[in-house]
Amino acid sequence: MDAMPALAVRGLSKAFDRPAVDRLDLTIRKGEFYALLGPNGAGKTTTLRMVVGLLKPDAGTIEVEGVDALADPIAAKRQMAWVSDEPMIYDKLTPLEYLEFVAGLWSIDTATAAKTANELIDWLGLRPHANDRCEGFSRGMRQKVALAGALVHDPRLIILDEPLTGLDAGTARQVKDLLHARVQAGGTVIMTTHILEVAERMAERIGVLAAGRLIAEGTLAELRLRAGRGGSLEDVFLTLVANGAAA
Amino acid sequence: MARAKEPSLGWLARNELRLSWRDWQAMITAGNKRSLGTALTVLLVVGLVLHLPAYAMLGPVGKAGIHEDVASLISVSLIVVLYTSLLLAQAMETVTRTLYSRGDLDLVMSSPVSPRRLFAVRIFINALLVAMMAVLLSSPLIDVLILTGGWHWLSAYVVSIAVGLTAGGLAVAITIGLFRLLGPRRTRLVAQVVAAIIGAAFAIGIQVMAILYYGQLNRRVFAVSSETAAAAPPAGSLLWLPARAVLGDPLSLLVVALAGLVILGAVILVFAPRLGEHSLAATDLPSLRGRARSHRFDPGSPATAMRRKEWRLLRRDPWLVSQTLTQLLYLIPAALLLMRNFGQATGVLIVIVMVLVTVGGQLGGALAWLAISGEDAPELVATAPVSPRAVTRAKIEAVLGAIAAVLGPLVVALAFLSPLDALMTAIGLLFAALSTIRIQLWFRSQAKRSNFRRRHTSSRIATFGEALVSFSWASAAGLAAAGTWFAAISVASALLILAAVRAVSPRKAAAV
Repeated sequence: MDAMPALAVRGLSKAFDRPAVDRLDLTIRKGEFYALLGPNGAGKTTTLRMVVGLLKPDAGTIEVEGVDALADPIAAKRQMAWVSDEPMIYDKLTPLEYLEFVAGLWSIDTATAAKTANELIDWLGLRPHANDRCEGFSRGMRQKVALAGALVHDPRLIILDEPLTGLDAGTARQVKDLLHARVQAGGTVIMTTHILEVAERMAERIGVLAAGRLIAEGTLAELRLRAGRGGSLEDVFLTLVANGAAA
Repeated sequence: MARAKEPSLGWLARNELRLSWRDWQAMITAGNKRSLGTALTVLLVVGLVLHLPAYAMLGPVGKAGIHEDVASLISVSLIVVLYTSLLLAQAMETVTRTLYSRGDLDLVMSSPVSPRRLFAVRIFINALLVAMMAVLLSSPLIDVLILTGGWHWLSAYVVSIAVGLTAGGLAVAITIGLFRLLGPRRTRLVAQVVAAIIGAAFAIGIQVMAILYYGQLNRRVFAVSSETAAAAPPAGSLLWLPARAVLGDPLSLLVVALAGLVILGAVILVFAPRLGEHSLAATDLPSLRGRARSHRFDPGSPATAMRRKEWRLLRRDPWLVSQTLTQLLYLIPAALLLMRNFGQATGVLIVIVMVLVTVGGQLGGALAWLAISGEDAPELVATAPVSPRAVTRAKIEAVLGAIAAVLGPLVVALAFLSPLDALMTAIGLLFAALSTIRIQLWFRSQAKRSNFRRRHTSSRIATFGEALVSFSWASAAGLAAAGTWFAAISVASALLILAAVRAVSPRKAAAV
């Protein structure tokens, strides 16, 4: 495995009314599926929004695939895709037009973009609606379009914030399969989720944030050891968060 | 369990009024509760200040009094029709919005309250609000007439209320009529376009009359020629009933007031039982899946992708097109002037230069809001490997391109009549559009595209700034076309306005 991490965060801090992220260190290896867990307000979304360039940190450094994301944000953004819990699509564009737009923003050449876009459209079952405007799409279909947009420029690092919220079982399965395939192909996925079964089943490593700090990190087995108890990830997570709050 | 009585009409009305008040409060304060007092004070001051131009306009009329001759009745009737059309346009817009927004519809229709009762109250309250607006808008004019002419002008307030109630009722009838005729899908757009046309029709009609009969009319409050007066029905005709009511004739006043109540009552009786069903039909429409023709997949550069995206979004939003149409309607008089003077003396073309530049500036502000503040996927654009500067530049190019597509043909047509006027128009348009775009950049705040109608409430300074700077550039272009150096004063005025707006703006265009 390549020694250079996909994402390296050092001393990252951000405060609003109170510290949201507090001197956070985080390293995500290449080709890894990493789940970031934490209670509401733990700083998960703030951390990821700083990584993708939507928020400016108060302090700290961010390196994406070896690129200093604060010094050269454009180069860092070329390596990444961001999928939020609220699908960022345009109602008046069709899925194909949306993918064309995203490919244009990432300066992907026409032949590559067209091939990838059509593959994604087929893979996600959007072919019958490829030329329909997105305004009539269900939440699941909108999230699929957003996900296709995130993948059309073949990012090395995909960052997803609660991507499965509100999806039906079938769509959630498709999204999970797609993410799994990306990791198999050597990509890196970082995902926040409140659905602990998903993290338990899909993530190779899990990080637990509380009050803006990483209170535990490792495989499920390592987290069980750290929590001093067995059981499901839910049991381990609740114990870790309770211990973190007490500390 | 004992059942409580069904809510009374009064209880339902109180609830509707509370919701309307909160909605209005949010609109005038842009959602900031603390600024309500300030907003109300500003409204009061503006209302008082408006009495000054009203005095200048109607003070002499009030002092001299108005004789009930046909010419006067025509003038007053035109004012009543103008006012009714404006109120009707506003009421139709409100009714369409109510009909097509789900809001509390699920709660209402699933509750044990009779929908007929609830929608009867809703129609009545809407009409009442239109009547209140009618009174507020007309108060400076009527107050001046009362102050200078006497208490009998109080009758104008009664007519104002009756006209408001009538407009509120008719708006429901017209919208439901369209709904039945065209179906729920087309009604929204058609109703909004009709409202826009009705709202603009009379103002445009007056301008058209002024253009067509330029130099031939005896100018009074409204231009009424002796030929028109002679051809009109006699003073005793029922047609002049509203005008006679305004002038204080007690019987006419009673008839007009009763007519307003009867029309509204009839609308409530006929349409209230069905309004809930129509609302459900409108909001439960299977979502429109407009199809686009399959096209060659060609992403292009980031700037190309951004411009193409903006143009596609504009072209495919009929509601936005209808909003833009309202502004373009005001070009009709200019176009008429263009046709009338084709090949004749070009002096009057200066008016066209000024109208085009003003509309261009306003259009620039509106489109810039959509492209800059109304970006529906801001995070996608912000996480793309494109600098904010490049994104903004592409959006500005898209806005300028859209303005060129709309107004370009008129400038080209103007060039056949007067190349100099066309050149001044093009330059004025460019500066006016760039200025209003710049103001939008200074005042940008992320909003949903669907909030376009309320964009003015987020910053009144930006709104006034856009209007003033558009007028200044229009004036500069017109004066330059006329060949006078006074144009420089207008240019200086435009620059001063821009500097003042920038000084009070939350951001000073760091992006560009």
